[in-house]
Amino acid sequence: MNLQFVVDGLLTGSMIGLGAIGVTLTYSILRFSNFAHGDFMAWGTYATLAVVGATGAMFGKIAPIAPLSFGWPLIVALIIGMAITGLLALLLDFVLFARLRAKGQAIIVVMASFGASMALRSLLEFIFTSRPTYFSRAIQIAMPVGFGIRITPDQIALLLLTAVLVLGVHLLMTRTQTGRSMQALSQNAALARIVGIDVASVVRVTWIIGGALACVAGVMIGILIQIRPFMGFDMLLPMFAAAILGGIGSVPGAVLGGLIIGLAEAGAVQLIGAEWRAAVSFIILMAVLFVRPVGLFGVRER
Amino acid sequence: MDLLGYGAFFLTTALIFSLVTLGLNLQWGLTGLFNVGLAGFVAIGAYTSALLTTPDDAARLGGFGLPILVGWFGAMLVGGIAAAITGIATLRLRSDYLAITTFGVAVVVQLVALNAQKLTGGPFGIGFIPRPFGSLAETPLLFNLSNLAVVSAVTLIAYLALEHLSRSPWGRVLKALREDERAAISLGKSARFYRVQAFAVGGAIMALAGALQAHFTGFIAPDNYLPILTFQVWVMLIVGGSGSNLGAVVGSILVWAIWAGSGALTSVLFAPEQQARAASLQIVAIGVMLCVILLVRPNGLFGDKPLRARFGKRAKAAAGEST
Repeated sequence: MNLQFVVDGLLTGSMIGLGAIGVTLTYSILRFSNFAHGDFMAWGTYATLAVVGATGAMFGKIAPIAPLSFGWPLIVALIIGMAITGLLALLLDFVLFARLRAKGQAIIVVMASFGASMALRSLLEFIFTSRPTYFSRAIQIAMPVGFGIRITPDQIALLLLTAVLVLGVHLLMTRTQTGRSMQALSQNAALARIVGIDVASVVRVTWIIGGALACVAGVMIGILIQIRPFMGFDMLLPMFAAAILGGIGSVPGAVLGGLIIGLAEAGAVQLIGAEWRAAVSFIILMAVLFVRPVGLFGVRER
Repeated sequence: MDLLGYGAFFLTTALIFSLVTLGLNLQWGLTGLFNVGLAGFVAIGAYTSALLTTPDDAARLGGFGLPILVGWFGAMLVGGIAAAITGIATLRLRSDYLAITTFGVAVVVQLVALNAQKLTGGPFGIGFIPRPFGSLAETPLLFNLSNLAVVSAVTLIAYLALEHLSRSPWGRVLKALREDERAAISLGKSARFYRVQAFAVGGAIMALAGALQAHFTGFIAPDNYLPILTFQVWVMLIVGGSGSNLGAVVGSILVWAIWAGSGALTSVLFAPEQQARAASLQIVAIGVMLCVILLVRPNGLFGDKPLRARFGKRAKAAAGEST
């Protein structure tokens, strides 16, 4: 078996893991599984693409940074895209989810997120058409790094970016007051309110983190594969599976779950064939639900 | 004459949708089980019946050439078993897990339909599915009317059976579980067992609808069972009012009329190269409609009154007085 699947798996796993952080936080703090999360990914990517196009129009063609396929416009655009996606999540919460949450039936919110997901995705198809696009059409030469593994500079940069972001979110969750408030709210909402935690601001932070990370995951897919309106929807099942495998509410769990699913998918592509890739997350999901529904780092629900 | 034929065709499609919606109403409206993968169960029914009834085909498994009725019962059996397995895996957990798992079922069924060429014919689907009254195909009007009669009869039977079920002791247990699980369990009802049953029966009805559709069009392909189908049926149920079988049927006909009407409108108003974009706008409109109905009129046209909220308020007020 060719060891190349390790690199492919880690990359897919990073995309899934970054998305799954948002899914697991929304689930544990707002208590619903957000089917529109994949579409945050696609919206973030198209927002980034639009900003890249705008800078291209303003400053002309800009040479990419030495070994990478992209230059500073993409980096700036990614930061703006993350902000836009965070705002989109906040907006959707304000218009739809918050109002339904107030009525107190969690499963209605899930259904609304399903409807919102369809609307958001079709709106992208309407604006950008369903034809795939790319950030760059340049072909990068993969460097051999031994053991028969090849990796491109883009891939190295994105893996490092993922590591930095995951570490950042982990520190935020464990070392800051906001993060501790988020954990408190996810463990016991009623008690958290009693000790005076500002629930509204925790909810806002949750949406912004989830949206921003979804945007990064989407842009990774855009750089390494391609940009399509369905790109986020296709990631939905792997993201849910990763969040449940890692244990709902656990950020390290979501990332580890994402990496496990990414590696399993890449291995399955080599062994069985690429057409069955999407079944891998379903099999892992079913196995977790039968054997250990709380996941790797989960706590039993109260 | 053409108009009558189209009317029959339209109603047949709408009634097949309403059969799926009736199945979903048993799962969601009556029992509170969230199924976002119903396209998968419809597909299971369609493919099962197609495999059982088509003439022998060397390129894939079977084609057993059995009678159409056998195909329908087979579809219900396989769809029911698939739903029961899904239920057993997830119904002891939080309700969201069922939603995620059914979503996964739809993804996997779609994968199998596309890739398991030996079983499903792959992307080209299965053709030559026998049609009831196929001998009448030369006179389209008679053919459409006879199809409508068959589908109406099946839908009516399902409707009456479900009405009977929801008034039976079995249906009352389901409603009790939906409204107040703890109280129902304290009366000695096994929540999980009843829910698995309801989910399986709902899945069987969806599979039957898939089989009806397959025998009505004579050809099936994986594209018929995309997530958009799940979405349409959900809108139908929510518009009609979840919990009401009458609402499920009326909602299906109404939403299908809006859908087909706006589809016809876009094909008139937009140039051919713009039609894919116009179609996506149609989905946006329906998605927004679903969200607005959930916000403004969550009971739809004929929905059950939300017993829980009313009793909840009264109970809270009573509790407030006593303290």
